[in-house]
Amino acid sequence: MQSTYSSIPTWKYFLRRYGLLAGFGLFVLALILFFYSRDADITVAVLSASVRHSTPLILGALCGLMNERAGVIDIGIEGQMLMAAFMGYMVNVWTGNLYIAILGGVLTGAVMGLFHAFMSVTLKLDQIIGGTVINILALGLTGYFYQVGLTTEGKFNPIPLGPLAELPLIGPVFFDNPPITYAAIVLVFVVQFVLFRTRWGLRTRAVGEHPRAADTVGINVYFMRYANVILGGAIAGLAGAFLTLEAVGSFERNMTNGRGFIALAVMLFGKYTPLGAWGAALFFGFTTAMQTQLQFAGINIPHQFIGMIPYLTTILVLAGFVGRTRVPAADGVPYEKE
Amino acid sequence: MSDQTLALEVRNITKRFPGVLANDRVNFKLRKGEIHALLGENGAGKSTLMNVIYGLYSPDEGEFFVDGKRAEIRNPHDAIHAGIGMVHQHFMLVPVFSVAENIILGSETIKGLSLDLRTARRRIRELSSEYGLDVDPRAIVEDLPVGIQQRVEIVKALYRNAKILVLDEPTAVLTPQEVEGLFRVMRQLTERGVSIIFITHKLKEVLAISDTITVMRRGQVVGSTTPAETDEQGLAEMMVGREVLLQVEKTPAQPKDVVLSVENLTVQDEREVAVVRDVSFEVRSGEILGIAGVQGNGQTELVEVLTGLRNAAFGRVALNGAIVPFEKPRFLTEAGLSHIPEDRQKHGLVLSYSIADNMVLNTYYQSPFAHRGQRNFQAVAANANELVEQFDVRTPNPMVPASNLSGGNQQKVIVARELSRPVKLLVANQPTRGLDVGSIEYIHKQIIKERDGGAAVLLISAELDEIKSLADRIAVMYHGEIVSIVDADTISKSELGLLMAGSQREAMTR
Repeated sequence: MQSTYSSIPTWKYFLRRYGLLAGFGLFVLALILFFYSRDADITVAVLSASVRHSTPLILGALCGLMNERAGVIDIGIEGQMLMAAFMGYMVNVWTGNLYIAILGGVLTGAVMGLFHAFMSVTLKLDQIIGGTVINILALGLTGYFYQVGLTTEGKFNPIPLGPLAELPLIGPVFFDNPPITYAAIVLVFVVQFVLFRTRWGLRTRAVGEHPRAADTVGINVYFMRYANVILGGAIAGLAGAFLTLEAVGSFERNMTNGRGFIALAVMLFGKYTPLGAWGAALFFGFTTAMQTQLQFAGINIPHQFIGMIPYLTTILVLAGFVGRTRVPAADGVPYEKE
Repeated sequence: MSDQTLALEVRNITKRFPGVLANDRVNFKLRKGEIHALLGENGAGKSTLMNVIYGLYSPDEGEFFVDGKRAEIRNPHDAIHAGIGMVHQHFMLVPVFSVAENIILGSETIKGLSLDLRTARRRIRELSSEYGLDVDPRAIVEDLPVGIQQRVEIVKALYRNAKILVLDEPTAVLTPQEVEGLFRVMRQLTERGVSIIFITHKLKEVLAISDTITVMRRGQVVGSTTPAETDEQGLAEMMVGREVLLQVEKTPAQPKDVVLSVENLTVQDEREVAVVRDVSFEVRSGEILGIAGVQGNGQTELVEVLTGLRNAAFGRVALNGAIVPFEKPRFLTEAGLSHIPEDRQKHGLVLSYSIADNMVLNTYYQSPFAHRGQRNFQAVAANANELVEQFDVRTPNPMVPASNLSGGNQQKVIVARELSRPVKLLVANQPTRGLDVGSIEYIHKQIIKERDGGAAVLLISAELDEIKSLADRIAVMYHGEIVSIVDADTISKSELGLLMAGSQREAMTR
């Protein structure tokens, strides 16, 4: 007896599942091409700004994804990013080597992840409280130790990828970026593959959905959770490093400015999948880029209102679309062996 | 020392939990290719022993021998390696994963970096056809009925080359037809050399399927026997440690006034489909009306209407001859309705509350439990102490949360609460589901006592034996309709079964 499931032709199945998404994608593509034909320069400027603005968001969302797929709620992304931004910057000040500075940021993120895992997996603390602790701690520590007037060797410059960068439209948007932005794009596909195609991913998701089931087949629930939370922290660290080493080149107090929380919205909007989150991050990046563009365009609206656009979009998206997201069943529930 | 005919032997297993000696020097031998039933009341230590064998608990003392050789089992990984597989009472399946993903979890086949689901699916199909366990590897587990999910669990164990299969209360969640199917599978497995440990507290099943029976009581093995050497009565006595009445003793009913009358009641579910259709019946004081039927034929919704938890679509319901607001549960409680709900953990108890608070869950605002809006904790505690004593709830004290109790004792808390008030109408929905013989006997006695005290009793049960022995009249529900109301003494079990299946012809074609 075969079920009806496997008797549906594959193309029909894909059409049913991804048809709406594909249609929306084609619509967006058509829109982009239309504006590109009208004014190529501005279109390219807006789109590459979207990609740059989306980088910390997608990295933060990937961190959240790895945490929550393994069953640990992470609202401390903001703090992990901020701490890593600060340490990345300080390492840059001390060594003057941007690549070592990235490493510093990533390691800081991982250590923050370790701290979060210790609180939520070992101490079984309420994970919302744990995340809040991380956010407050990061804000306090970075604010206290930050000294004004430090100088650095600067920040990363875009590295054009040979002939790819010469392509019209997509060349300057995707293939003429600084290294962390490239890394973010690569990581989207890596995390997608790892989560849904590998042994590691299957076990991670099992631990986030039904940890006892995983335990009974010999999977170490605590190890899987620790590992994913630490790796996620490292990715959040990369997001922090992006801010100080690639976007701005220096540190400011509270420079994450809510990006860790928008990253959570991005993760939800993307339905807990890396590819979905990437789409969502590009969308949020686009709203931020438009905000800048609107200010340049000199439309007669107070700039505070234009500055609200990304945040208003967050609220609208969370209220309108996220209702249908399926949260991992054991998300936020500490695992207790009997 | 070692015996080659034994698949598994455990010696002197002792496992202590804080305050409880769950397994006390337990010895257990499983022969190759046999079905060995492990029988015992709730809390007798069966599940603890199995969790020890599967490596989920580490024993304080004791040794394991697999195939006559000493084995170390410290975690599930060791157990799987030793060829032991376990189907847990609550399935250990990830609902959103496919069947194949669930089966390979923890023992994945890999091609390069990625999962090799194709090979896995092929092996699952092979196992399916070899053992007659039909499963679709691509189906998503949460879409499958429980019976199939259980099959997935068995395939999962076989996929790991289990030679010893532990089934922890596998029949608790199954319909009678599914139980038959499971028994066929079990026999097929033993023919192919798998040895099975079958945990249950249902005596009939034990006698029907097992080769050997081991009985546990209060953490100890009290004896081993075979179906040929014993019968239900003998097993029940071994389990409980005293004589047990399997057949309820009752005198003929003496019905008096009509307490509950239901006329042309139709009830719709959330999708506005009629699930109870044009139902009419009466229950009189001093009689038990049983509602028989396979689960899901409208009984749940009917009870919800009668207890004020759901609004009826059409029809008339009267209590003591008066039309009353059936949408107000508190009114009904005060009018003398007692309700033993179907799902004790969801609708019967607040699990995180103490036993004492659960015992005043619907009377907490009345005197003496409250005075001018302030609770009187002394009265609540005194009430709890008295009821714990009277209804034989086994608990260290009445202040522990209800979640700490075993299922049978939780049910006793509900029964104590509902029957300690003056009862005019008792609605008991599956009052003994999942309980052991000792508790069943006790609850049956209480229900008969209420009847003899003049209460009208509506008993809903899917267990034919329970309906037959307890009810005075039986209404059979099928597809939301009452197909027949019969006298309990004159109808045979097989006739009842046919009515529950909707009539003979329909039963054949379905």
